[in-house]
Amino acid sequence: MKKHEPFEKNSLILLIGILVVVAIGGIVQIAPLYWVESTIEKVKGMRPYTPLEQAGRDIYIREGCYGCHSQMIRTLRDEVERYGHYSLAAESMYDHPFQWGSKRTGPDLARVGGKYSDQWHADHLVNPRSVVPESIMPGYPWLSETPLNVEAIEGRLKTLRMVGVPYTDEMIANVRADIAAQLNPDSRPARALANRYAKAKAIKIDGKKTEAASELEALIAYMQVLGTMVDFATFDQSGPNLR
Amino acid sequence: MSNAEKALRAPVREGKGLMDKKASTSEEWQAFGDTLAVASGAIFAAVGSVWALAGHDDPIRFHGLVLALGAVIGIGYVLLNARLPIDSSSYNDGPIKFATLASLFWGLAGFIVGDVLAWQLAFPALNLDLPWTSFGRLRPLHTSAVIFAFGGNVLIATAFYVVQRTCHARLAGRWSPWFVVWGYNVFIAIAGTGYLLGVTQGKEYAEPEWYADLFLTIVWVVFLLVFLATLAKRKEPHIYVANWFYLAFILTVAMLHLVNNATLPVSFLGSQSYIIYAGVQDAMTQWWYGHNAVGFFLTAGFLGIMYYFVPKRVERPVYSYRLSIVHFWTLIFLYIWAGPHHLHYTALPDWAQTLGMTFSIMLWMPSWGGMINGLMTLSGAWDKLRTDAVVRLLVVSVAFYGMSTFEGPMMSIKAVNSLSHYTDWTIGHVHSGALGWVAMVSFGAIYCLVPWLWGRQGLYSMRLVEWHFWTATIGILLYITAMWVSGITQGLMWRAYDRLGFLQYSFIETVEAMKPYYMIRAVGGLLFIVGALIMVFNVWKTVRGDAPVDLRDQPRIAAAPELRPTAAE
Repeated sequence: MKKHEPFEKNSLILLIGILVVVAIGGIVQIAPLYWVESTIEKVKGMRPYTPLEQAGRDIYIREGCYGCHSQMIRTLRDEVERYGHYSLAAESMYDHPFQWGSKRTGPDLARVGGKYSDQWHADHLVNPRSVVPESIMPGYPWLSETPLNVEAIEGRLKTLRMVGVPYTDEMIANVRADIAAQLNPDSRPARALANRYAKAKAIKIDGKKTEAASELEALIAYMQVLGTMVDFATFDQSGPNLR
Repeated sequence: MSNAEKALRAPVREGKGLMDKKASTSEEWQAFGDTLAVASGAIFAAVGSVWALAGHDDPIRFHGLVLALGAVIGIGYVLLNARLPIDSSSYNDGPIKFATLASLFWGLAGFIVGDVLAWQLAFPALNLDLPWTSFGRLRPLHTSAVIFAFGGNVLIATAFYVVQRTCHARLAGRWSPWFVVWGYNVFIAIAGTGYLLGVTQGKEYAEPEWYADLFLTIVWVVFLLVFLATLAKRKEPHIYVANWFYLAFILTVAMLHLVNNATLPVSFLGSQSYIIYAGVQDAMTQWWYGHNAVGFFLTAGFLGIMYYFVPKRVERPVYSYRLSIVHFWTLIFLYIWAGPHHLHYTALPDWAQTLGMTFSIMLWMPSWGGMINGLMTLSGAWDKLRTDAVVRLLVVSVAFYGMSTFEGPMMSIKAVNSLSHYTDWTIGHVHSGALGWVAMVSFGAIYCLVPWLWGRQGLYSMRLVEWHFWTATIGILLYITAMWVSGITQGLMWRAYDRLGFLQYSFIETVEAMKPYYMIRAVGGLLFIVGALIMVFNVWKTVRGDAPVDLRDQPRIAAAPELRPTAAE
């Protein structure tokens, strides 16, 4: 008790004591993730999101989808059978912020890309109960009525480049063209898009009236790319990782 | 106020010699302080106006307006009150009263939004197909309103109350404490309306965007400085144990907030930003933050409340001083390591998961150290549990604290976590802590504080406190038992296999199975709201000055210090 007196009698010593004690855990757990090389697996196929996909990701975050959907398939038998290959750290290496989530009120979305058609997603997002009667998900009818704010996207990609996403000058220069191209599959710009972003898939909703991109299409573009980038044929599971 | 009352309120007087010497310069200092307050208000008003007029998107224009309005109101308050004489020999209770009332307002708002969310999960039509009423936007509003708005105001109010009483010193600064409470509530308004407008960083419990985060940082640093400067002015040689917890809470939350919210704005005139961390590093940083928001905001801060209000209310000393020392340092050291238990079996490296689990289990011990110290303080006064409903609120909160700090380490074990994670079990665990511990200890503290602050002989009605206690307790029990059942049911259904070795249930079948539990939970939440409404009514009557209806049933300590009968019993 005597030895504790300096902490009780001097507020600055107490302050410094607290700071030292609470700093240790975070430093030990966070810092090594930046230099231990096996933290992020070496994989083929990871690329930055196309402008349309990134715009969709921003909408996903804006609507708080992460409150009910995880994007992290754990290394458990039933999860791998239900959702597909367990999630790799590499698969979210360009995600600012990460969207692994903490709750599955709805199913995991880490590999939802390609599981349903664009049209299914469009119907489901506007009124989930039209395709899944028991669903408790909210409807998002305003997405199809809100035009995508195309002007804002270039600045966002530039900011993402500054925090470490490898967007090239060419990608930044062609933001508008790439957005239009991803909604228009059979065109020359679409081939240019595919050259810049490997395997980028066009989004097509039936009976759409206008050419302008809506927020719904952006969100669907993001849904459809989730979990599809890594080439698992060349992924070495035994490779150096600490899992 | 009679002289006798003044003397009771005037512990600061004891350092008389100093006051006289400083008298000549004190007026100049005061004028300097007033000018500084107005000038900083003007800066906030200017920044707000720039956003309001030149902002690139609607949310930041709106929030610029809110900030500017808040600053103008602040300046107006300073100008109107600067000339009024201050009685620097008494305690500064104005900001505490404000934060206490704000906590009631935000608490009720947060509980109601929470229950709306609960009903939405049972009946999805209640999302109304509108952006600002859909679950995804209301959910951060609920979590922020209860944790940061309700909890935060309770913490600021009690920290300012406790630090003055235990140091026998008036709060440092004339306007700074007001800036802390007013600025903090302006931050809450900006953050909360932002969620409804779709402004979010997308990190749980750290949703406010960069400009709200920056403003909060300024408020928080002033909070820390006011607290430290008041400690420095103390007339007591020792810093009381409650203040260690408050200081650890303020300091660590500052560290967590600064590191986890390191973002790069897309434009300084726009509302959006991107966090500088990505993927697995962002996940680790986020849950280092997220779990310690629990550890330091919702635990250390509220333990500070326990260490002042439990001994004060039951008029007994803290059970063990040695235990306070041991459990304080071990608690704050171990808590910081527990974050990775939110990331078991994920892409976070195994070594980090194992560290997180190990420290989470060890955390059980210092947590129960706190519980034991709180409960055993009642030694020799257990009868008060029967006679004083406020004591009952405080003690049951500590019991809930003990229960959820046992449940937490258990759920951090990887094998248990593989079942509980992603399910409602986590939601139930959080609410046994949040409703059972945080809210109940806050209610106890508020019931103590209101007559003490407003100079009343007691609460308007002790009977209503009884009603509040029982409705809230039954509500909590309905809530957490429903979530245990739904969580474990869903976890087991996800991993169930049929005889042929296929997964037995589709995902949507496991959602359907949740419906009855979601309804029970929503009813539990409703009861909790009814309890809170009873409290608001009771507090309102007490503040208004209505004569207590059952003064005889209230203990001596319920009265404001200057009105207490001197002889015990």
